[in-house]
Amino acid sequence: MLNYVFRRVVYAAPIAIGVTLLVFALLHIAPGDPINAVAGPDAPADVVEALRRAYGFDKPLPVQYLLFLRRILSGDLGVSVATGRPVSGELAAAFVNTLVLALGAALMGFVAGVALGAAAGWRKGSITDRLATLVSLIGVSIPHYWFGMVLVILLAVEARWLPAMGMGTGLGDLAVHAFLPALTMAVIPTGIVARTVRAAVGETLEREFVQALRAKGLRRGAIMRHVARNVSPTLIAVLGLQFGYLLGGSILIETVFAWPGAGFLLNEAIFKRDLPVLQGILLMLAMFFVLLNLAVDVIQAWLDPRMRRA
Amino acid sequence: MPRTRSAVRSPGHASQFARRLLADRVTLACLAILLIIALAAIFAGHLAPADPLKTSMAKRLKPIGTPGFWLGSDELGRDVLSRLIYGGRMSLLMGTWPVVNALIVGGTLGVVAGYAGGWINMAIMRTVDVFYAFPSVLLAVAISGALGSGMKNAIVALTVVFIPPLVRIAETAATQVRGLDYVEAARASGAGAATIIRVHVLPNVLGPIVVYASGLFSVSIILASGLSFLGLGVEPPQAEWGLMLNTLRQAIYVQPWVAILPGAMIFATSICFNLASDGLRAAMELRT
Repeated sequence: MLNYVFRRVVYAAPIAIGVTLLVFALLHIAPGDPINAVAGPDAPADVVEALRRAYGFDKPLPVQYLLFLRRILSGDLGVSVATGRPVSGELAAAFVNTLVLALGAALMGFVAGVALGAAAGWRKGSITDRLATLVSLIGVSIPHYWFGMVLVILLAVEARWLPAMGMGTGLGDLAVHAFLPALTMAVIPTGIVARTVRAAVGETLEREFVQALRAKGLRRGAIMRHVARNVSPTLIAVLGLQFGYLLGGSILIETVFAWPGAGFLLNEAIFKRDLPVLQGILLMLAMFFVLLNLAVDVIQAWLDPRMRRA
Repeated sequence: MPRTRSAVRSPGHASQFARRLLADRVTLACLAILLIIALAAIFAGHLAPADPLKTSMAKRLKPIGTPGFWLGSDELGRDVLSRLIYGGRMSLLMGTWPVVNALIVGGTLGVVAGYAGGWINMAIMRTVDVFYAFPSVLLAVAISGALGSGMKNAIVALTVVFIPPLVRIAETAATQVRGLDYVEAARASGAGAATIIRVHVLPNVLGPIVVYASGLFSVSIILASGLSFLGLGVEPPQAEWGLMLNTLRQAIYVQPWVAILPGAMIFATSICFNLASDGLRAAMELRT
């Protein structure tokens, strides 16, 4: 097991480096002189020159990259062009907000998806199965930013049951404000989880050991416990990936609901051409995703020893 | 009872595929709807009742059913029906072109990686893994944001997002074929790499990669409209479904049902692409 973990970590390291390379490169594929992105449009010429030397833009690209790497490894994500405040501070708060939303959505999606998928897999071809397939189809085909708008219209504009935007004050208010955006984000994982669980449960139920269990006289609940153990590695993998996508894809929902998370910050950074903040958010989210994938692989290997040979 | 070979020639693969497809009514319906949307977009000039760019401050945010504005008017007084029809052009283009590009580039890279093996394979596949480290929406937004708004940049961003999975599929298929006996035999009889790729590798790669790509169309439409929704794709005053959804957002308090129309189009198109691609996949199933 430790061997697998070690190999997996070693495999993830060059990917992490690649991620920093990609984020670094983004600043340079942007049209125009990168220094304008950092200095702002109307900085006087001597300030521009000083910043150019401070950021090392006058040095060759590989050196710039190494300086960049050293900077971020020491935790300095730069200073926001728009607000002048250090990026890491703003990011931390925003990231927590996004995590709140993503966790809520993941929970909803997980519960709904597993329930639907298990019910469908147990009775293939039945009404439950068709319903689950329909929900899965909707989940993966719907533009979730549009669904958010529809929910806002139905529940916030017409019925006035829930607030349409913002985070609210205090913990109870937070839950009320988070409900709609989290529900909106939950559609996609619901669809994918339901589809995966349905296929996995259906496939497991057809295996010979289930026949043996039934012959032994086990009731549905006990059989499903056996099925769950077989399905869980795949399920964990899908969930991990979906959580990562929820984090990365939150930008659209946060824009619809004006939720001050990392995605909202990213949107602002793009429009203000605030490239240090853009880089910071990308780095943080991508690194989190890499670590998440690592964790998912390790958990999978722990649950299903057959995977440790990979 | 052992199966004996039929004395009659069984129908070929292509006609079996056609027969299965024609029997699948759901898929046919979806393909028909997609065709209608595409034709409407192409012949928008003839079909749209009004100029999609003509604004009218007096006729802003009219409800559905207003004469002259059958699906209502937007926040600048433009006819929503016309903008929906014209918008189909941009949305469909931004939804399909990146997938086609990614298919060509990704497929080529994958075949090269799979056939060449060794360090070329490692170089290509590890680079692809780095791109995989980003969730797709984030990568699309990041590249699009760095390049700047505009349709061309959005198409480039989406192409880059779709290349990694296609490379992986092509590489897997190509690697599998490379190990087969008849490829060895072909090489032994003197066939060059290009011939082997063309005759043996490509036919086996095309199946899985086209099937996967067909499933990508719906994702691409949603992502492309999403980029425009964020202001990163098509620029105003062009008509495009995602952009319309963005500008009509403020109108949800005044004319909610007009505001959600563009999204309904995206939803409908996406579902049709999904169902059609599932149907195509089922029809292409090799007989056992």
